[in-house]
Amino acid sequence: MTPVSGQAGTPVVSLRGAALSYGDRTVWSGLDLDVRPGEFLAVLGPNGAGKTSFVRALLGRQPLSAGTLTVLGRPAREAARHIGYVPQQAALSAQALLRARDLVRFGIDGHRFGPRLRTGAVRRRVDEILESVGAAAYADVPLGMLSGGERQRVRIGQALATDPRILLCDEPLLSLDLNHQRAVTGLIDARRRSHGTAVVFVTHEINPVLGMVDRVLYLAPGGHRVGPPDEVLTSESLSRLYGTQVDVVRVRGRVVVAGAPDEPAAPPHHPGQVHETDGVRA
Amino acid sequence: MTLADGVWQQIFDFTDYGELLALVRNSLIAGVALGLVGGLAGVFVLMRDLPFAVHGISELSFAGASAALLLGANIVAGSIAGSLLAAGAIGVLGSRARDRNSVIGIIMPFGLGLGVLFLALYKGRAANKFGLLTGQIVAVDTPQMSWLLGTSVLVLIALAVMWRPLTFASTDPDVAQARGVPVRALSFAFMLVLGLAVALSVQVVGALLVLTLVVTPAAAAARVTASPVLLPVLSVLFAVASIEGGILLALGSSIPISPYVTTISFGIYAVCRVAGKYRTRRWGTRRTAVRAA
Repeated sequence: MTPVSGQAGTPVVSLRGAALSYGDRTVWSGLDLDVRPGEFLAVLGPNGAGKTSFVRALLGRQPLSAGTLTVLGRPAREAARHIGYVPQQAALSAQALLRARDLVRFGIDGHRFGPRLRTGAVRRRVDEILESVGAAAYADVPLGMLSGGERQRVRIGQALATDPRILLCDEPLLSLDLNHQRAVTGLIDARRRSHGTAVVFVTHEINPVLGMVDRVLYLAPGGHRVGPPDEVLTSESLSRLYGTQVDVVRVRGRVVVAGAPDEPAAPPHHPGQVHETDGVRA
Repeated sequence: MTLADGVWQQIFDFTDYGELLALVRNSLIAGVALGLVGGLAGVFVLMRDLPFAVHGISELSFAGASAALLLGANIVAGSIAGSLLAAGAIGVLGSRARDRNSVIGIIMPFGLGLGVLFLALYKGRAANKFGLLTGQIVAVDTPQMSWLLGTSVLVLIALAVMWRPLTFASTDPDVAQARGVPVRALSFAFMLVLGLAVALSVQVVGALLVLTLVVTPAAAAARVTASPVLLPVLSVLFAVASIEGGILLALGSSIPISPYVTTISFGIYAVCRVAGKYRTRRWGTRRTAVRAA
């Protein structure tokens, strides 16, 4: 499968015959996929279809049960620190004890042992990053006091702190309102255009990123499909993936999926977290 | 009125204060070391949500100390052994928060029971028994002192080495793991460090009140700052102020040291809480305010 916007270069992520299973249960299998520099790949699918496992596999935290996965030409485990990772919001604990700038700083040198050296240069870099994601105004505010949208900006700053070649976002729009969704996706899109950073974007909803997506990886209980949104998000293709009649309608540039099993009734990814959806899902 | 005066005299009586002061020189030095250890460890106890673990470890530390007392062994060593055993068990069995709390709930009464058993068998001075639970000040003799200081130095070095990745792993475990921080190993290592810190604190405030040195100062500091530099500095200052203040006040009275330490510590927390309100208000209006340089 070739990317639509014609990005060149060696793939930054490459999967061949990849499968992942927990015991007897196969989550996905036979997955062949190359993600190229600057490409925007959206990973879609219902809960339980393996989106989170896919993220964990890319980070080298979940070994494949078959096939191969290389990230930047290396085994995923060795490449994990070259990936800019934006986790789900719920992942942050003890928020009040950390300022926005500290979170970004972790992205630069948080993994190193021993006392901090060369603090001046690092501090300037942190200021630059905060400025670039529009978070400079609340650099010194504890994370616990930031809104969800502000926190995600800081998160993206943290992920970009090391100039990663891959940006891996796990549901970064969860519980954000429409304005903040636009701001966050705008930052990500700008980055891949200016730096050729490949984006792997796991999401429930395709619509906020529909205009940027080059290809979609749709993971479903009945299999998976990779391709441009126009090919994958069709009634025919999704009906085949789900094994039942699914209707995909385009309304004013938005994709509306009706009839996908478990989709409309699916609970938010994290119980207890409000999922602000406008009722449109893909 | 005379009754009240009598009670007051028990709590404060500063005649012969100068001579008494010489007796607690060791304790005052140990107090600084404990304040450093407790204040710094407390920062991570707060970040990692471990106050209950601290309490559980201190009960087993008490059991270890009372076993040492019964056997005539070094009490600090016994207390450290008990602490490390508990901390190790909690670290291995309870890596997730939910498991951890029940593991602690199971270990804690067992440790306390063992401690009571050893004390019941012990035929020595009753003050020694009571001191393990509620703290003592003049008990720090020279051999104990070297144990206390040696262990403190060990804890401080360990914390200095792992401070950064431990902060990362404690506040943002998901990304920390993705960035190659050994999250699980650090978690276990910190439990052991915490075990040592708790064992040290038991020597001064007693097993029942360790939280006042290992949690309260850090919690107070967290109310007024989120700076990664200021937070541990304030936490240590508060812990040292509580211990040293407690020792100096307890010196002039016949009651144990712990009520003084806990009261000072709590007082600092109360002040910080009120001060923190203003801080919150400042950030609440940050969007309209001009950004400070």
